[in-house]
Amino acid sequence: MTQPQTRDEQPTNPTRQKSTGMRLIVPLQGIVQGRGGLILGTLIPCALFYFFQLYTKRNRGNSSNTPSNPPSPSSSSPNLAELPRTSSRLSLFSRVGSSGPVSVSGRASLIARENDSPYYIGLEKVSKDPYDKERNPDGIIQLGLSENRLCFDLIEKWMVENVREAMVGRDGEHLSINGIAAYQPFDGLMELKVAVAGFMSQVMRKVVSLDPSQIVLTAGATPAIEILCFCLADHGNAFLIPTPYYPGFDRDVRLRTGVELIPVHCRSADNFLLSVTALEQAYNQARKRGVKVRGILISNPSNPVGNILPRETLHNILVFAQEKNIHIICDEIFAGSVYRGEEFVSMPEILMEEFDKNRVHIIYGLSKDLCLPGFRVGVIYSYNKNVLALAKRLTRFSSISAPSQRLLISMLSDTKFIEEFIKTNKQRIQKLHHSFVDGLKQLGIQCIESSAGFYCWANMSELISSYGEKGELDLWDKLLNIAKVNVTPGSACHCIEPGWFRCCFTTLALEDIPVVMKRIRKVAETCKSLS
Amino acid sequence: MAIEIEQPTVELSKVAVSETHGEDSPYFAGWKAHDEDPYDESSNSSGVIQMGLAENQVSFDMLEEYLEQNSEASSWAEGAPGFRENALFQDYHGLKSFRQAMASFMEKIRGGRAKFDPDRIVLTAGATAANELLTFILADPGDALLVPTPYYPGFDRDLRWRTGVKIVPIHCDSSNNFQVTLEAMEAAYMHAVAMNIKVRGVLITNPSNPLGATIQRSVLEEILDFAKRKNIHVVSDEIYSGSTFSSSEFVSIAEILEARGYKDSERVHIVYSLSKDLGLPGFRVGTIYSYNDKVVTTARRMSSFSLISSQTQHVLASMLSDKKFTEKYIKTNRERLRKRYEMIIQGLKTAGIECLKGNAGLFCWMNLSPLLETPTREGELALWNSILHEVKINISPGSSCHCSEPGWFRVCFANMSETTLDVALKRIHSFMDQRKTDAIQSPPQQ
Repeated sequence: MTQPQTRDEQPTNPTRQKSTGMRLIVPLQGIVQGRGGLILGTLIPCALFYFFQLYTKRNRGNSSNTPSNPPSPSSSSPNLAELPRTSSRLSLFSRVGSSGPVSVSGRASLIARENDSPYYIGLEKVSKDPYDKERNPDGIIQLGLSENRLCFDLIEKWMVENVREAMVGRDGEHLSINGIAAYQPFDGLMELKVAVAGFMSQVMRKVVSLDPSQIVLTAGATPAIEILCFCLADHGNAFLIPTPYYPGFDRDVRLRTGVELIPVHCRSADNFLLSVTALEQAYNQARKRGVKVRGILISNPSNPVGNILPRETLHNILVFAQEKNIHIICDEIFAGSVYRGEEFVSMPEILMEEFDKNRVHIIYGLSKDLCLPGFRVGVIYSYNKNVLALAKRLTRFSSISAPSQRLLISMLSDTKFIEEFIKTNKQRIQKLHHSFVDGLKQLGIQCIESSAGFYCWANMSELISSYGEKGELDLWDKLLNIAKVNVTPGSACHCIEPGWFRCCFTTLALEDIPVVMKRIRKVAETCKSLS
Repeated sequence: MAIEIEQPTVELSKVAVSETHGEDSPYFAGWKAHDEDPYDESSNSSGVIQMGLAENQVSFDMLEEYLEQNSEASSWAEGAPGFRENALFQDYHGLKSFRQAMASFMEKIRGGRAKFDPDRIVLTAGATAANELLTFILADPGDALLVPTPYYPGFDRDLRWRTGVKIVPIHCDSSNNFQVTLEAMEAAYMHAVAMNIKVRGVLITNPSNPLGATIQRSVLEEILDFAKRKNIHVVSDEIYSGSTFSSSEFVSIAEILEARGYKDSERVHIVYSLSKDLGLPGFRVGTIYSYNDKVVTTARRMSSFSLISSQTQHVLASMLSDKKFTEKYIKTNRERLRKRYEMIIQGLKTAGIECLKGNAGLFCWMNLSPLLETPTREGELALWNSILHEVKINISPGSSCHCSEPGWFRVCFANMSETTLDVALKRIHSFMDQRKTDAIQSPPQQ
């Protein structure tokens, strides 16, 4: 078997820049050589080359934004790796004419191009042809979106019974919208912060009580992460991040902030758990390249693997961060989905020990644990007063709608309902997890033993034709277009070992599982017979 | 700042320590003064009256009435299937029904003189996010947008802070009622070129904040032609379009594009929001309407950082598609704002204060230059300070809006009851009387 293909250990942009420049120089040199001789022939191209460098440097605004993930031969990584080249190319050509269409920015050009990550392609395809047991039984089954629909009925019931008074307060006899119509603090109503702090504490097994004044609320966890990046790092700086990781981070962390993500590869031999040695290595490599690492971004429980980080690992990460004097962002958005008996240790719990808390920031949200992604509620929980003050100001761009805040205050304060909900939610996730993993096992597909999350991390490496990214994407394609099942390939998550796939099961009902397995079996058998 | 000293403090970013959030300017200092001692009709009648916040409170009753009569819109008493889709819905395309409702509302405001395609609407959590998003999309760090002065102080933060984009002012003055001229635009453009800054677009607010006046058709045509010649974008922030005192006086850039058969319209983008016209800033509803497909696609994807709650979209979709309600609302809102405007203009006139002739918005542009000790920014700030502390009203000094002529102030009139406005006018009256008396008793020093 070939070595696991590594995607990221190649020299990066400086080489690429030079090759662009060289293409300009060589033909010129040829032209000039006949006339002015060696001196002119060397001077002119060199001068042009340096001007070119100067020009592109100035237009890019920052010289050190060399991303760590050069575009791999396949289409897996989002286009961000090409950022510097694109913006300079744009500036070079669009400045010249009033002819041609009015141009957009470098950042915009990146997103405008068809986003070719399988993560997004799959989601797009499902939205055009979604499976429905009755109305569209041949549609594509969605296993690529970590959305929890299992406890929807509970939320619905609560809404129907409580929503009217909850949303628009009663002011005597008359409906009063005065409370929700006017400008509210951008970082959320204090009552909601209190309610959210209580909910988070409940979800984290009540080991710590959280302080509402350390909370900043945002319109979803997506802006929460971006806001933290704006607070903690400058354009061209980097965060270390264990792989495999949630594909959305590439956009959330990098798109507008210009902050890099440096992968710290985890391997199946370690159950994809982070090792501090790997952290150390990645940090040192970054330093050698002249990239300033500002922090570590971890997810606990992890996505896509579904691990919970052991207490010791969390402790070691904190020690590491303290040593290097960098930040830690811990995304705990799946904290409520821990179904296995293992102990989930949240950051606030670990921080009860002696640590400089000013470097720790937690991300949370109600999209996963409360099944309400549409309402857009994200949380930044930080121990750093300066970060909180700044994040608060930045929420003006990503504020939660007041009527939704009111409704949630009401729902989260219904402690009896919430307790029931959290408990039932875990039970249902566990049931589905068991059933799904069993189903895959019967097809000969093993999963990592996970303890949380809405998905399982499945090893389909035996089904891929050639052991590498191409083979993996071929299988992904077959699953999507033949089996009509959308899963997320490991390469979209920057996994260093090919053949792993994330399968989300919380968008399914129990009875859908046999359907899914039947479809996967079809493809699995054809793959086995080919290899 | 309780940080243990043994360790070097973990650093924050440059954005963190920059002053571009602008919260140290007088614009915000006045707010602080108000927050510390807010006026209340019964409990604090000598407190500071807030006239620096452009919020529309004159039409709440109509909204309340609608919600009362249409409670299914705000609850899901019937809508079990509807609810599921809604609460799970986090698609950045936004609810189709809501986009259709917004498009139809925007058409109504313009008296049907322009059509809007719901598929060109991108939803954002407020116009603040819309303006920032457009800036990210249209310009690279270090580039510039040209903005006519005086302009909304928030732009300094919204357009520049995280984007790294600059604002180059197009200077306007009172000689022609602060209208944008071709010379001023050319001068601003050349100024940018001289500083080696690439201009990517012109951003106008129509009706204007802080002037409280609509931009004339001929000026809009000139701006469009200028943008065409330089091959740059035009962003028209029309957030006050529903707050014009008479429907016929507002010309939207959309109308001009329609008249031109949408030729060369890919450079034009409109920003709108429900915060001013509908008085619902707490709902966080903003939109970008772009005639450029690429901009629509990118803005949509980037709007993931700033989505509107699906619940809010659902509630407002039915309200904004209710033709009877929207017609009545738009008409009544306009009339009430006009009445307020006339009230304040009259009140100020009797006090001896002139204002720019306005026809829209939630504020008027007041000329206090005759009162300045020195015709400078410092003179203006000194005057602003005495008004804040003696008259106890918070108004916005022109310098915070980058006005090139000192002595102008923006005064909001729609964020309070008529009674409170009356109190404010009385206070201004006594202030002016006192000044006259002082002037007579102690003639100006040589």
